[in-house]
Amino acid sequence: MASLTINNVKKYFGSNEVLKGVSLAIESGEFLVLVGPSGCGKSTLLNLIAGLEIISSGEIKIADRVVNNIRPKDRDIAMVFQSYALYPSMNVWKNLAFGLETRKVPKDEIGKIVERVAEMLQISELLDRKPSQLSGGQRQRVAMGRALARDPVVFLFDEPLSNLDAKLRVEMRTEIKELHLRIKTTIVYVTHDQIEAMTLADRIAVMRDGIIHQFDTPQQLYDNPANMFVAGFIGSPSMNFIGCTLIKNGKDIGVEFANKKGKAFFLPIKQPGPELDKWLKKDVILGIRPERIAGGFFEQEGNPQIHEIECVVDVVEPTGPDTLVFVTINGSKLTCRVNPQYAAKPGKTMKLMIDMSKALLFDPKTEQRIGR
Amino acid sequence: MRGKQPQIPGTRTTGSIIIRIILYTVLTAAALYFLIPFFVMVITSLKTMKDIRSGTLISLPKTISFDAWAKAWDSACTGIKCEGMKGYFLNSVQMVVPAVIMSTAIGAVNGYVFSKWRFKGSETFFTFLLLGCFIPFQIILLPMSQTLGILGIGQSIIGLILVHTIYGLPFTTLFFRNFYVSVPTEIIKAAKIDGAGFFRIFWRIILPVSAPIFVVAVIWQTTQIWNDFLFGVAFSGAESRPITVALNNLVNTSTGVKEYNVDMAAAIIAGLPTLIVYIVAGKYFLRGLTAGAVKG
Repeated sequence: MASLTINNVKKYFGSNEVLKGVSLAIESGEFLVLVGPSGCGKSTLLNLIAGLEIISSGEIKIADRVVNNIRPKDRDIAMVFQSYALYPSMNVWKNLAFGLETRKVPKDEIGKIVERVAEMLQISELLDRKPSQLSGGQRQRVAMGRALARDPVVFLFDEPLSNLDAKLRVEMRTEIKELHLRIKTTIVYVTHDQIEAMTLADRIAVMRDGIIHQFDTPQQLYDNPANMFVAGFIGSPSMNFIGCTLIKNGKDIGVEFANKKGKAFFLPIKQPGPELDKWLKKDVILGIRPERIAGGFFEQEGNPQIHEIECVVDVVEPTGPDTLVFVTINGSKLTCRVNPQYAAKPGKTMKLMIDMSKALLFDPKTEQRIGR
Repeated sequence: MRGKQPQIPGTRTTGSIIIRIILYTVLTAAALYFLIPFFVMVITSLKTMKDIRSGTLISLPKTISFDAWAKAWDSACTGIKCEGMKGYFLNSVQMVVPAVIMSTAIGAVNGYVFSKWRFKGSETFFTFLLLGCFIPFQIILLPMSQTLGILGIGQSIIGLILVHTIYGLPFTTLFFRNFYVSVPTEIIKAAKIDGAGFFRIFWRIILPVSAPIFVVAVIWQTTQIWNDFLFGVAFSGAESRPITVALNNLVNTSTGVKEYNVDMAAAIIAGLPTLIVYIVAGKYFLRGLTAGAVKG
């Protein structure tokens, strides 16, 4: 059963088109994350789903019912806000019960629901407190509890973790995921943090400038991005983009890398096809993730896709498990994720192994993938 | 810098102490300067007429007498009637209480709409409403008296209540609107999703956090309406004169001897309610005025 369908939805604020025809559909129980840089329209889309903004054109269906002209309270949704939006004059119990009271749920039933939700989120001992007496994490829980108490068809989360400190954010992230596994209700979750998106989502919609650039599973987005924006947005550190020319070397089609000293290396592309032939002798952009450039790949010795190049190290950034080594290839900066023991000092030359099996090619003009 | 003790921030030096002394002297002098008229009023009202004639303006009363107060309240002449201020005091109360309640209540709802339920053109609407703050009283005297006449409530307390309510709305709306702007809009959104409507959100969520701004609005309106003279003199009848008008009549009554002690007592009676309101709620007044300025 489709629990949320969005069909060619547009939204204007005045003459400013914020959403330029967005379509997506998710199944019941799915965890959808809308991700993108600020101003991409993701929060607007969430507000449209909630009914807090009116859509300019298109159609939104919740549980197979068109809700375009249905008020927020009748859409069978619950929402968790970035600022938690707890009612300041009410204690936690009343905050949780407010939505039930407005819906005229019988008193004794409200008591039971509040108790159950409070237990589920471990906030039972906070029920008498006012929001001002709670810590950020506790407020977050209460905000989620308020949504849970309602037992809706769809949960909407609007950047719920961005006001928490880094450690708590990671903890709450896991809790939200556990919660979803337990209650199995559809969730639409907005964030600008691609790690949150990757870790939580069943499917991610990557948005920019009011359009969805790609709507796919986290792994597909990572391995098979549709364009340079998605490729660069998902993954940290970001994918390396290197401008180069596609050439033929014997039977292989590939690109040439020149290091700072002018020494060139030929790197063949994994799957040459008819699509690639069209690009021969033309400029392309090669995308390769930092972890595909390393000091060595032990487990893959003898893999024909792995090529060795020599580079002068510009800067080194140790992160603990890996060291990020920055080198210059074809005039652009390259981030390489190297085992700390291989990392050379800045200014020294080091051998880097490049795994071309997951390298991608992009059209430098349209920024779209070549041969996807 | 060798040989010099490092200065701990906040340590008092001779210079800073001198500046402090000057500061407090100036402030005390200013406070006294503003208090002197009130002091003169109080001591004069407690003197007998004989005392007033023999002493100076600021000399203390030889015997303390409350006769002037009793007369001002009960039997002083305001024009041809000689029944003191009591009836007019009551008139003012009857005018101020409903006018303050209505203008504050409507202002609160207005402010709620202009901050949280904006509609197309609401900003323009609000701007026009604000212009009301700058319209001089005199301009509306004639049209307003015509309006009151048509409504059949000219020269009555009800008419005065209506005028003061309308004239107070721009101010109260501005107060509440600016206060509610600092209430996070996400709370309203959350309540909408929770199924609450316009008035339920107002009652259950907005009103409980509005105490500071209610104090401001009530103090402001009470002072304005109680102290108003122009509307009082223009729109009231013989039976509905507010206390400010009565005080004027009392002081200007030209028959007999000028009783300064009675005048002073009457003036204090007329000013006392606003004074009490400030003393009781003044602390909240300042707090409420600045509440909208910084997000709390």
